[in-house]
Formats: sequence, structure tokens, C-alpha cells
Amino acid sequence: MKKAYKAERVSWPVTILLILGLITVIFPLYMALVIALKQPSEMTNSIAGLLSLPKSFSLSNFREAMRVTDFWRSLLNSFLITFMNLVISIALHSVIGYVVGRNRGSSKFYGFVYLYIISGMFVLFAILMMPLVKQTAQMGIANMAGIICCYVVFYMPMNMMLYSGYLVNIPLSLEEAARVDGAGTWKTYWSIIFPIMKPMHATVAVLTALGTWNDVMTPLVIMSGSGMNTLPLAQMTFQTQFGTNYNLAFASYLLALLPILIFYLFCQKQILNGVVNGAVK
Amino acid sequence: MKKINDRERTYLFMTLPILALFFCFNTLPLIKGVIYSFTNFEGYGSYDWVGLRNYTDLFQDARVGRSYLFTVKLAVTSTVVVNVLSLILALGLSSKIKFKSALRGMYFIPNILGALVVGYIFNYFFTYILPAMTKTTSMLASTRWAWVAIVAVCAWQSVAMNTIIYISGIQTVPEEVYEAGSIDGATGWFKFRNLTFPLIMPFFTINMVLCKKNFLMVFDQIMALTKGGPAQSTESISYLIYNNGMAGGQFGFQSANAVVFFVLIVALSVAQTKFGSSKEEQL
Repeated sequence: MKKAYKAERVSWPVTILLILGLITVIFPLYMALVIALKQPSEMTNSIAGLLSLPKSFSLSNFREAMRVTDFWRSLLNSFLITFMNLVISIALHSVIGYVVGRNRGSSKFYGFVYLYIISGMFVLFAILMMPLVKQTAQMGIANMAGIICCYVVFYMPMNMMLYSGYLVNIPLSLEEAARVDGAGTWKTYWSIIFPIMKPMHATVAVLTALGTWNDVMTPLVIMSGSGMNTLPLAQMTFQTQFGTNYNLAFASYLLALLPILIFYLFCQKQILNGVVNGAVK
Repeated sequence: MKKINDRERTYLFMTLPILALFFCFNTLPLIKGVIYSFTNFEGYGSYDWVGLRNYTDLFQDARVGRSYLFTVKLAVTSTVVVNVLSLILALGLSSKIKFKSALRGMYFIPNILGALVVGYIFNYFFTYILPAMTKTTSMLASTRWAWVAIVAVCAWQSVAMNTIIYISGIQTVPEEVYEAGSIDGATGWFKFRNLTFPLIMPFFTINMVLCKKNFLMVFDQIMALTKGGPAQSTESISYLIYNNGMAGGQFGFQSANAVVFFVLIVALSVAQTKFGSSKEEQL
């Protein structure tokens, strides 16, 4: 820790320690990759055998994993759920954040609405889980639509808080100017306020998308028995089919991790900013 | 006057459908959950009111008690491990180093990956790789060590997130504070303990909230690593509620468990807010 401070110039010892520390991050992924590229016959019980590079490069495990787990179908489901949730969340949560943020100070009703929705943050999924399963089944939405409804509601408290917090930075005079020009409240919102909140849309999008994409529990309880899978859920559903063919299983795991890794590669800065903004606010 | 009414009507028109949706998928199931907790509902068929029996049974149920002990043990250990590691990492990543942004980017990777799939990958590591390295049996098969493996996997993912938050905290500490400190001879541990740490206290609070949320509700990792075993030694509260409530015919009983868990979490959150805000240092 002392070293971390003394750095007037570039501190090579710390740099090297940090690079060595990266092994802990990379090793599990390396392990997954080499196993996914090998054939069952190449797997031995020694460490060297398990972790060495494959003799020949073949993507056959990946092809097989895609077939067994119906990869494209699960990917499409995951993508649809995340995308629809994002679109609906950004639309609804920014509206509620705006209305509540603008009126919370002057109206008791909106003050109550704010507290009511915020209190939802404390409600655990554990307590909602079983009633929600019954409820979505009764409503006939024990499918992706039900899951999207759940997500839109689960992320509402946090996102509303983020939006109404951001609204403080937007001067009221902007809206008033539009109103003088004869624009209604609805139109003013969509043409002036919504575009101005763009930085917050990015934060909300990152937090909501990461949470939705990786979530297992909600689709697990709500879609169970429907034969539908999301990408992570498919890994659980097909555990029995993988059996002891770990090469196949690891190919499938990597395929499940790949979309988010690619996304991270291209939007690293936005993701890091979004995550920090969301947590700190 | 009419203009104002128009505006208010539009506001209401925007708010009410959203409120209805929120009520339908948050408040309504919450109320139902509380109602089920007073019944002997098995998840199907008819059921009767049992009053407070689920709650009295809950406090005598050894399996439930074990799951609370396990979850608390896991959460406390993980929180300590994660915060120590991520503070060290954040200090390192905030100092003058080469490849700073690349390193920060790499260290964040575990956080974006799905916990379930990460759990499956580590499951293999603990079942085959680690025993082969150390010539022992699998940690996951041992009632004494399985929880340590779970802590390790939870930490692997959470350190990334907490580090990023500490880094943004350290960035808020102005250079002058250190300059003034170095005149007074503050270096090393003393400097960290008395200058850096008090100033990043708000970020410590954020991390505590995150840790609480991640570790007390741990589910994916359990599902992927041990499924509660061996011998029910690693059943987290969430896992027990899911497992016995959904499939084990204990819908009513586990609802009571969920209600108790919920009350505990709310109490903890309130305590945390009070404690957190009283400890923060203002610059």
C-alpha cells in the first residue's frame, strides 16, 4: 500500500503486481477456453493435461453446444427481454421521474408517489417470487411478457430516483419557454426534456441491461415449464444433457458469456461510467 | 387557470398507469405473500388459515436456522474479503501506473459476467483443477469447506464492482490534502488511515449497501456450485425459499420465511443509513 502512494513517476512495481493480479481474472476464462476447444479424449487427470492448449484447433464443441442448447433461440429470448425492458423502462421511468421530480416539492400526492415507489426498493424478490408465479400464470403471462412486466417494475424505484435526481440540473425556464410557444405538457416532455436527459438514459440503460441480461431467478421461476430459455437459464436447463462432457458444457458457457463480453469491448467507457453513476447517485 | 388544470391532468394521465403497473407487480404480490404466510398453502389445491403457526414453526425449524447462520456467515466474510481486496486494488489502480485504463477495464470484467455461468466454471475448477493441484478432495463436497468456495466465487465477481467505486472515491480526494499531509509527515498506512479512508467514507457506505444486497440474497452462485449441499450446509435463505417454496410444497411456510427475511433486511437498511450518515467526514 505504501508503494501505491509514493508514485511520483510511473510506479513499475505496482504496475507489475497489478498485471500479475490479472491472472486471477483471466485464469478461469482461459481454463474455460482451452477446455471448450478440446475433445473429451484429450482430457487427462493431470493439471497439465487439463490446462494445456488443445492439439488441434476445432470449433466443433461450439457447433454442438449451439445445437444442443438451441443457442440462437435462447439468445433471441434474452435479447428480446433485455431490449423490450430497456425501451419500456427508459420511456416509463423517465416520465415518472420527471412528473414526480417536478411536483414532489409542491404536491403532497406526488410526494407520496415518490416515497411509495422508492419503498419498492426494499421489497425482496424472495417475498414476491411465489405470488408472482401464481399471478403471472393467472393473468396468462407466464412468459416473456410477464418477465418484462416484472423487470419494468423491479427497476422502477432506482431509475425513478436517478431521473428525478438528474432533473434538478435542468432549468424550469426551458419548459416554460416551450409552454409560452404553445406546446402542451406532453409535447414539451418528449421534445425538450426527454432528449436533454440523454446522459441519464445511458446510465439507466447500462444498469438495467446488465441486471436483466444476467438475471436467472426471475425467468427461472416465471418461465419454468414453458420450455423457453434465456441464455443463462439454458445453461441450467441443459446441465443434465451436458453430463460429464465438460468440453461441450464449457463451449456452451463461453457462448453464453460471449455477447456481453463483446458488448463490453465496444462500450467499456459507457458501462464503467454508467455503473459508477448509478451507484454513487 | 385552465392551463394549469390541463397540465395537472396530463401529469395524472402520465402517473396513474405507471402507478397501476407498479401496484400490480410489486405491492399486490407483496400483500399476497404476507397473506400466504398465514396459511398452510402448498402451492396448489386448497388451503386453510393457520394464524401465526408458520412463524412459530419458523423459529424452531433447524433447517431455516442453519440457512440464516450460513447466509450471515457468507455475507460477513465476503464483505470483509471484498472490501479489503478492492481497497488495495483501487489504491493500486489509482496510483501512477502504466496501462491504467486497460488494467481498470480488465479488472472489471468479472462483474459483467452472469453469476450462474461463472459459478458453473468455478464449479469445475473446485471439483477437478484445485484437487489436482493440491492433491485433496473437492472443497465443494466438504461440509467444512464448501462455503469458502462460495465466498471465493462471490468475491471474484464483487471485487470488480467495489474497486470501481473506491476508485471513483479516491478521485474525489483533492491533491492538496495529500500535500498538506506530507508536510505533516503523513505516509503509508498512517496517510491511508487518517486521510484517504475518512474522505472516501461515503463510498465505503455505498459498497456496504452493495455487499449487503449481493451477499444476503445470494442465489445464483449456490445454484451453480453446491445446490445447497453437501448435507444442506450451504443453503442460503433465498435458495431455501426458492427450493422448498416452489418445489417442496412449503409455499405458505416459506412465505413466512420471506416475510421475516424482508423485515430483517429493512431493519438492516435503516440501521445502515443511520450509521453510514453519522460516520461520514465532510471536507
